[in-house]
Amino acid sequence: MNFLDRVGLGRRRSADSAKERLQLVLIHDRSGLSPGKLETLKDEIIDTISRHVEIDSAGVEINLTKEREQQRLVADIPLIPTNRRRR
Amino acid sequence: MSAQIVTVTSGKGGVGKTTATANLGAALAELGNRVVCLDADIGLRNLDVVMGLENRIVYDFVDVVEGRCKLRQALIRDKRMENLFLIPAAQTRDKTAVSPQDMVRLSKELQKEFDWVLIDSPAGIERGFRNAIAPADMVVIITNPEVSAVRDADRIIGLIEAEEKGPAKLILNRVKPEMVRRGDMLGTEDILDVLAIQLIGIVPEDEQVTVATNQGVPVVLNSGSRAGKAFKNIARRLLGEEIPFENLDGRDGFFGKITRLMKAGG
Repeated sequence: MNFLDRVGLGRRRSADSAKERLQLVLIHDRSGLSPGKLETLKDEIIDTISRHVEIDSAGVEINLTKEREQQRLVADIPLIPTNRRRR
Repeated sequence: MSAQIVTVTSGKGGVGKTTATANLGAALAELGNRVVCLDADIGLRNLDVVMGLENRIVYDFVDVVEGRCKLRQALIRDKRMENLFLIPAAQTRDKTAVSPQDMVRLSKELQKEFDWVLIDSPAGIERGFRNAIAPADMVVIITNPEVSAVRDADRIIGLIEAEEKGPAKLILNRVKPEMVRRGDMLGTEDILDVLAIQLIGIVPEDEQVTVATNQGVPVVLNSGSRAGKAFKNIARRLLGEEIPFENLDGRDGFFGKITRLMKAGG
C-alpha cells in the first residue's frame, strides 16, 4: 500500500461506497418497496398512463429518493414527441 | 428500589450484544449499583461463559418461568462483585418456552430488588427478540461499522419505534480508528447520519476483549483496555453523567494529529 492509499487519497474510499450503498438499501427497506416490487409498480404505471396518453415506455424511470427525512417516489415519464397539430 | 430495565439488542448476530451486556453490568456494579444480567437467548446461552459463571448454574430462566424454582434461586452471584448477578438462559429449550408476558412479569419482580436489569437479547427479529424488548424501559442497539450490521440496526430501530419502546440508543462497537482514518471503515458520523439515532457509546476494536472472554473476566476490570474504558463510559452515561465521546475517527484536526505523532515518536 503506498502513502496516498494509506491516508485515503488518490483512490475511492471504500467507506464512501459503504455509506452510499447503505443509504440506497435503507430507502428500499424502510419503504417496504424492494427493487422487484418497484419494477412491477413501474409496469403498472406504464399500463395505466398509456391508456390516456402515448408515452415512451422505454424511457420511464421510477425511483425512491430521500430528501432530509422525507422519502419520495419520483416518476419521470417521457411522452412520445408528437406534432403540434392535434390529430 | 425500582430498576431501570435495559435491553441490549442488534438484529445481526456477532456484533457484541453479550460482551456489551456483561461489561455494562460489571461497570454499573463497580460503580455501586445492584445489577442483574438476564440472558434472554434461550437455547443459545452465552452470557454465563462471558461472565465466567458457567460452572455455577443450577437453575435457569425457563425453570423460573415454568415454576420449578423461585426467581431468587436462579440468581447467580458474580465471583468478584457481590452486587452483580446473572440469570442464565436455558440451553436445551427454544424461544417459545418464554412469552413476552413472562418476561414482563419476571422483570417486574427483579425490578424490586435491583437498580439495573440488563437483558441480553438474541439476534434476529423473531420471538426471542420480542421477548427481550417486552419489559424494556430503554433499548440499546449495538452495531459494528459494517454495511450488514448497520442495515440490521436500522430494521431494529424501526421495530422498536413500532413497539413504542423508542427512542433507542446506539453503541458503535469494534471501531478500528486506523481504518476509519484512511477511509476504509464507516465513521461514527456516517453511521449516525444514516441511522438518525442517539449515540451512547463508541467502543474501539480491542484484542483485550478476546483475552477477557477467554478468561471469563469482564474487560472493564482491565484498566489498560480501551474497550473496557469505553464500556465504563457508557455505564456512566446510563447513570446520567455527561461524558464526551471518544474520538476514534482520527478526524481530530491538526493538533490531535501532531500530539499523536509526538506520542508515537516519543
